[in-house]
Amino acid sequence: MSSSPYFSLAVLFVAALAFGLGPLGLAWLWARFYSPRKPNPTKNSIYECGLVSKGDAWVRFRPAYYLYAIIFLIFDVEAVFLLPFAVAFSGLSAAACIAMLVFVLLLVEGLAWAWAKGILTWA
Amino acid sequence: MDENLKIELGKQGIVVTTLQELYNWGRRSSVWPMNFGLACCAIEMIATTMARYDLARFGAEVFRPSPRQADLMIISGTVTKKMAPQVVRLYNQMAEPRYVIAMGACAISGGPFKQGYNVLKGIDRYIPVDVHIPGCPPRPEALLQAFIALQKKIDGQHLTGEDRPRFLDAEAQGEFPVPEQGEHDLVPTSNKGVWPIKIQGLGTRD
Repeated sequence: MSSSPYFSLAVLFVAALAFGLGPLGLAWLWARFYSPRKPNPTKNSIYECGLVSKGDAWVRFRPAYYLYAIIFLIFDVEAVFLLPFAVAFSGLSAAACIAMLVFVLLLVEGLAWAWAKGILTWA
Repeated sequence: MDENLKIELGKQGIVVTTLQELYNWGRRSSVWPMNFGLACCAIEMIATTMARYDLARFGAEVFRPSPRQADLMIISGTVTKKMAPQVVRLYNQMAEPRYVIAMGACAISGGPFKQGYNVLKGIDRYIPVDVHIPGCPPRPEALLQAFIALQKKIDGQHLTGEDRPRFLDAEAQGEFPVPEQGEHDLVPTSNKGVWPIKIQGLGTRD
């Protein structure tokens, strides 16, 4: 058996398992003898900064929020590009102006699409 | 084990210890305070954690934003009657063993605002406090000293026997009643289990 090329691998596998499970088992044993459980309703309630918790922690977030956030992010970044564009505007070549125009119009088209889809209406 | 024998063995390069000593050493070297400040004392508490005073030297730099992961509650500042129920509830939500340092004159007695109708005259009316620090506010060195005092206390706790701490006693209750806002004051005005404080050799303090 020890002649098998996979023998050392098996030994390492068992050692790795013991390395992980050993401390967990010891901690479990320790908790069993030296850490009596004291649950109570206050302790088990949902954490809400010390206030009495209301409802469940598993609340739903509307996907509309994420679409709204992504659109905001895109135009936030666009503003970063628009500022140097405006500062250097008088010294720009026609090609640079057209490139910038394409960039802005693409984003405007995206905004028009989102508007037509009704994403901007919070309902 | 005899202390002298232990020192003699230590000179020969043999380290002797007990499970209890190891356990307490581990606990006192990794006390995680709760990320929680009430008033001006909290600024001193924050200063204590920063580079100049460096609470991390004592293994307590990990301020946890949730009571589930914290061992130590530093009551840093004035506890108003509006805030007291929240403080007691947070204490209840901490996992055992849990410790409390009452930092500053307000936390231990109401301090300069003792006459105020809205100020609790010391948090030890509702929860057991391990270390009291006077001062308004106490300097970071005072908080460090309180922390070292707490470490000494943890070091001296026994795993078994009659004098073992409350968290090791399966019979002892883990819940401390959360007061409610009454018509004129908090109801009840104190937790009879922890107040008045019993000081050994002095009877009770009112």
